[in-house]
Amino acid sequence: MAALRSTSRLLAPSRCLFRPVVASRSYANIASIDTSASRPPTPASQTKTVKEPAADGDSKIKTFHIYRWNPDEPTSKPKMQSYTLDLNKTGPMVLDALIRIKNEVDSTLTFRRSCREGICGSCAMNIDGVNTLACLCRIPTDTAKETRIYPLPHTYVVKDLVPDLTHFYKQYKSIKPYLQRDSKSPDGKEYRQTPADRKKLDGLYECILCACCSTSCPSYWWNSEQYLGPAILLQSYRWLNDSRDERHAERKEMLDNSMSLYRCHTILNCSRTCPKGLNPAKAIQEIKKDMAFGS
Amino acid sequence: MLRQRAVQQSIRRLAAANLSTFNKTTSLAQLAPPVAIATGRHTQIRQAATQPTSPSDAYSILASQRLHRPVSPHLKIYRPQITWLLSGLNRITGSILSGGFYIFGAAYLVSPLFGWHLDTATLAAGFASWPLAAQLAAKMAVAFPFTFHGWNGIRHLIWDVGAALNNQQVIRTGWVVVGLTVVSSLALALL
Repeated sequence: MAALRSTSRLLAPSRCLFRPVVASRSYANIASIDTSASRPPTPASQTKTVKEPAADGDSKIKTFHIYRWNPDEPTSKPKMQSYTLDLNKTGPMVLDALIRIKNEVDSTLTFRRSCREGICGSCAMNIDGVNTLACLCRIPTDTAKETRIYPLPHTYVVKDLVPDLTHFYKQYKSIKPYLQRDSKSPDGKEYRQTPADRKKLDGLYECILCACCSTSCPSYWWNSEQYLGPAILLQSYRWLNDSRDERHAERKEMLDNSMSLYRCHTILNCSRTCPKGLNPAKAIQEIKKDMAFGS
Repeated sequence: MLRQRAVQQSIRRLAAANLSTFNKTTSLAQLAPPVAIATGRHTQIRQAATQPTSPSDAYSILASQRLHRPVSPHLKIYRPQITWLLSGLNRITGSILSGGFYIFGAAYLVSPLFGWHLDTATLAAGFASWPLAAQLAAKMAVAFPFTFHGWNGIRHLIWDVGAALNNQQVIRTGWVVVGLTVVSSLALALL
């Protein structure tokens, strides 16, 4: 086989010499194709349904409509692809369904997943209109209702259900999410804090940065360039609230402009959607209070 | 089998070491690969066309890929929830109220220039001549944004002190505002 390949390679250069112009492959005319970022996906009704391999009599068939976009065809429109699965053969969570589709039905389906227990935040996506972690979201057992799965809203799509979170992580980096202090601890060992001070970090440190809340926020949709968004502000508050941190004033000064913090209009989608049950809206409100009344 | 392979390998090593016997210029070396392998000259040369990319090139490739990325759907696919629907309504009613106020205020200021009659007596007399249904609709159209924005404003003030911010309270106060708005705007319209 290797021999055949290399002999054909020897012959290859001669081809272009004798190929008539008319036989050469022309490039597709892409001028008329909509390549704008806001092009809407082709609805599921216009795409083919991929069926469960073998459906038997008492199977519970549920339809999943999944957002697809392939970067290898960059000018193509995103589309909604339908898959049917037998829930009797599928695990209870949406992630189980996605993994099953990838393993058994369509291996080209792309999504992020890692821990399958809601601690890594990789499988954040929009399921039935709400941002959540696929691994923590049960498949609604009502087979009459069709489940729709999209990537996190208003994000650039890398492929299928994989959003580009580069900007989100850059924003996280911008708030300096680490302990900043100049003075040493009295005993030269660890920086201690009282149990009461430690308690102030509860409900903040549990955030896994899955970006569910930030991408559920309409204000973040329209102003993500400058507005930090609920997830990053929750983290910002976590460091503002840490008794061991000594850059409280600098951290506050960073937020003291019209965009970083004050684009929060208490829409409260963030707290509503958080798959970990945290309350970013409350944290943002506490920062605002600290900015207004704090020393 | 083993012996055969040992012999084969030693012949190949011999051939590789004694280049003079199988000179590079001989036609043997340029024969098709099966012969080359058989004669021990089977060092593979892969002529795959790979290009080294510098970090800046890689970045520009990524940037051109990013140009084509679609934005995932947002407003149209997000589940209608009382949180963002009332927030949107709050903004819309606020715009209607302030926009209406500015438009009427400016019109009132310039009315003497254009000879418009926007004084209270004229407006009241004009309004009285409308049919009852139109009067109710007009009153409702003003009363609804006013009452909703007012009640929801109180909700926002409560949030501003950091209270009533958990999910259950937000949903409950949201429906309370909707109820109060309906009742109070109807009451104002029927005055």
